Amino acid sequence: MTRVSMQVDGVTYTDEVEPRTLLVHHLREALGKVGTVVGCDTSNCGACTVHLDGQAVKSCTVLAVQADGAEVTTIEGIAAPDGTLHPVQKAFHEMHGLQCGYCTPGMIMASIDLLKENPDPSDTEVREGIEGNLCRCTGYQNIVRAVQQAAGELSGSAATPETTGAQA
Amino acid sequence: MTVTEDAATTQVQGPDKEVGKARKRKEDARLITGRTTWTDNMVLPGMLHLSVVRSPVAHARITAIDVSAAKESPGVVTVLTGRDLADEQGSIPCAWPVTPDMKNPGHPSIAVDRVNHVGEAVAVIVARSRTAAADAVELVDVDYDLLPPVLDMEEAVRDGADLVHDDLGTNTSYHFVFDAGEAGTGGDTEQAFADADVVVSRRFVNQRLIPAFMEPRSVVVQPQGDNYTMWSATQIPHILRVMLAMVTGIPEHKLRVIAPDVGGGFGGKLQVNPEEILALLVARRLGKPVKWTETRSESLMTAHHGRDQVQFIDVAADREGNVKGLRVRLLADMGAYLRLITPGVPALGAFMFPGIYKFPAYRFECDGVFTNKVPTDAYRGAGRPEATFAVERIMDELAVELGMDPLELRRKNWIQSQEFPFTTVAGLEYDSGDYDAATQQALDLLGYPELREEQRRRRESNDPVQLGIGFSTFTEMCGLAPSRVLGSLSYGAGGWESASIRMLPTGKVEVVTGSTPHGQGHETAWSQLVADQLGVPFEDVEVLHGDTAVAPKGMDTYGSRSLVVGGTAVLKAADKVIAKARKVAAHLLEASEDDLEFTGGKFSVRGTPGSGLGIQEIALAVFAAHDYPEDVEPSIDADATFDPVNFSFPHGTHVCAMEVDTDTGFVKIRKYACVDDVGTIVNPLIVEGQVHGGLAQGIAQALYEEAVYDADGNLTTGTFVDYLVPSAADLPHFDTGNTVHVAPGNPIGAKGVGEAGCIASTPAVVNAALDAVRHLGVSDIRMPLTPERVWRAIHQGGDGGDRATAGSNAYGGAQTETTAGVSTPQSALGGDR
Repeated sequence: MTRVSMQVDGVTYTDEVEPRTLLVHHLREALGKVGTVVGCDTSNCGACTVHLDGQAVKSCTVLAVQADGAEVTTIEGIAAPDGTLHPVQKAFHEMHGLQCGYCTPGMIMASIDLLKENPDPSDTEVREGIEGNLCRCTGYQNIVRAVQQAAGELSGSAATPETTGAQA
Repeated sequence: MTVTEDAATTQVQGPDKEVGKARKRKEDARLITGRTTWTDNMVLPGMLHLSVVRSPVAHARITAIDVSAAKESPGVVTVLTGRDLADEQGSIPCAWPVTPDMKNPGHPSIAVDRVNHVGEAVAVIVARSRTAAADAVELVDVDYDLLPPVLDMEEAVRDGADLVHDDLGTNTSYHFVFDAGEAGTGGDTEQAFADADVVVSRRFVNQRLIPAFMEPRSVVVQPQGDNYTMWSATQIPHILRVMLAMVTGIPEHKLRVIAPDVGGGFGGKLQVNPEEILALLVARRLGKPVKWTETRSESLMTAHHGRDQVQFIDVAADREGNVKGLRVRLLADMGAYLRLITPGVPALGAFMFPGIYKFPAYRFECDGVFTNKVPTDAYRGAGRPEATFAVERIMDELAVELGMDPLELRRKNWIQSQEFPFTTVAGLEYDSGDYDAATQQALDLLGYPELREEQRRRRESNDPVQLGIGFSTFTEMCGLAPSRVLGSLSYGAGGWESASIRMLPTGKVEVVTGSTPHGQGHETAWSQLVADQLGVPFEDVEVLHGDTAVAPKGMDTYGSRSLVVGGTAVLKAADKVIAKARKVAAHLLEASEDDLEFTGGKFSVRGTPGSGLGIQEIALAVFAAHDYPEDVEPSIDADATFDPVNFSFPHGTHVCAMEVDTDTGFVKIRKYACVDDVGTIVNPLIVEGQVHGGLAQGIAQALYEEAVYDADGNLTTGTFVDYLVPSAADLPHFDTGNTVHVAPGNPIGAKGVGEAGCIASTPAVVNAALDAVRHLGVSDIRMPLTPERVWRAIHQGGDGGDRATAGSNAYGGAQTETTAGVSTPQSALGGDR
């Protein structure tokens, strides 16, 4: 067993872990951070995406010991302390960017990282930017809209994408 | 938007109504913040973890299993084999014996002396932790005496073929026939073909797919004395409870099943899973809570697959393009066993092959065939995508044969709007619609004339990138299902749905539904329905579901049934609440019931504006029960069960414009437009989302996905590296629209939307690709349309399917090639894979 210490969503945790323990399993099983989920075993689906020192990583491809001393942010830690949603969370809700919601934590965490790299992505840039995250429900169109709406809000621009559901 | 005004409906749509509003979903709050209750999140004191040892071979006798090393592994509590559980495991139930003489070999949850597909359970490790259980899997030593694997359906039905189940004496489970002439719903099919000017015959392969829901299956069982609570990532907690009782002998009233947050299903969680049975048996045996959560590889390898048909289809027509007859013969792969509705999937499709066309004669035959593969069962559309694919493909082939425009041929033969209700050659009564209107709107959305012009230019200039336009003008049967019809098809249960409404003292409303969501947004849509019907605020409604102790009756969620059947049950319950409240209101207002009107949630005496009593106030009055009529109970709560008298028939026109690079075989959807008529739209946000998701899966069948087995019966697409679930970069933008012709069969007027996009899109995409390269001599390309297959079809003839390329990404993503389908003398895979 190896001692690891990391700050997760603002709280410092120190635990003994087996060296082989994946970060996602440490988060879920030791820390109770079950908002982050496992969707595959080959790092294809991105459902487990979290931020490690500010960068999006698939937490199934990081060992818990590699996160020793790091700052980890999960889906549970991105809203403001008063519960105000992060603009990306809010946009996923407003643009119907989720159905079953299983991919959503990873999708939101990947999208936040994408917008940090590219604050004003085109449709194609969003699609390529979240290529590492699979969703089986939405067909992605409303996720793309959500990311673009969040981009507008984060940059303070008034530009918003086409409203969903408008034709009905 | 086209709206028929004359259809019967009790729902009034207007700006002040909830129905029709793009309400943002109530469900989202917990899902976007990670405050979720997925089954795998569950941790119980003393909980043990299960891991399943699975067969690495497709077909074998088990000659010995040595579990001694596994039992000594750290943290392992016990190891159980099929022999240990043989007397108590029963058989996974098959609820749909489609013919009286259907052969069902039985389906053990864990193999006892024989394995019939790769991934079949042979032992269960029970350990203190997930990792301890996983580690011990490697230590179980199983000796297998190999048998020849049966993998190709066309080989499997030949005389002298190797058998999956020796004792059955055949690989054919059943032979199902529907003949319109015999049923009295059409003419003599053989005569129609004999008299026809033109007959076009094709063999299509509708490949095996994997539902690939994002949340892996998971089950937790907690024993409490002789009671058992099961949490499971299932679409069907109610059906599962009944089936668990029947399989294990545990009395039904001692079982409670909870489907907490469930991460997608698409039919893939419409199942009684072997692992659910095993978890229950282990929990009973040890008296301890247990959990099993699958890995993605386990999921792809052992959760049921979908589709997998070889379709022989013939169409007869006269020279002018009037269709005269349709003949379909299917080989449908059951896999190794019959699961819950395995044999019923192709039978459900039997009634949809005629599509929207007025065929005067029709004959359908299907052989259900056993192979040494994981069983097939429901996957989004379940029989209807296969049927729609075949008929929409053959209509294009007929158009080519006749030299007609494919749309003109369709228009000439489809049911006209004034002909509804229309009884088809398959005996179904289509309810409402306007195929012309949907088609025109879809062409407008696409920008059809400009793209046809561009196609002409590219063709004339011999551009290496050719453009094609493909159509799918489809309908589907939804709202499963009228119970009497299911009975006539030998299905083991009814198709009704249950709802109850509880009026709480504070005026808040609890709606209990038997329809169990896993992403569809029931909590939001049902709240909209009830808010309108009872005249209460949307926010005052809470929808409860997915727990047999909370929602004791239900038929669950599949077959685009929830709103049509479950939503109607909710409305019927609300009507009963109003009727009960009316008596109390009359008493409290000292008026005659007949003089009361109920609008906006309030009873008032006709002609006395201002006076009145809200239904939420009445809820408090009957809670206090100080003053209520002598002849009624002090409650305005109500239950309702709704059993539809007919299916509903959503329809639509899907149009795909496709670029095909003739040098590389690379295909790219240039534009995709569709107009769906799903009847009344309760929530346009949800409806659009359902269409998008269905399109993604239907397009994925056309372009990306295929479950590939090698010559030994190994699934070579057993991870997300190899089984290509499309990413955002692999899919186009969708231009969607609606026409609205309300369904006359339910008061909401809804037809169902969950499966539309998935059913309609696949043939539109394939037809588009073929339209781009038909002038190069290509008349078919095997799905999925990988660049390799497209290139081979263009440059080497045939359908490009002699060599499978699974997992390649037409949009330039990961390229993982498998040569699994190479035809060898030993393997009978032939060109199918």
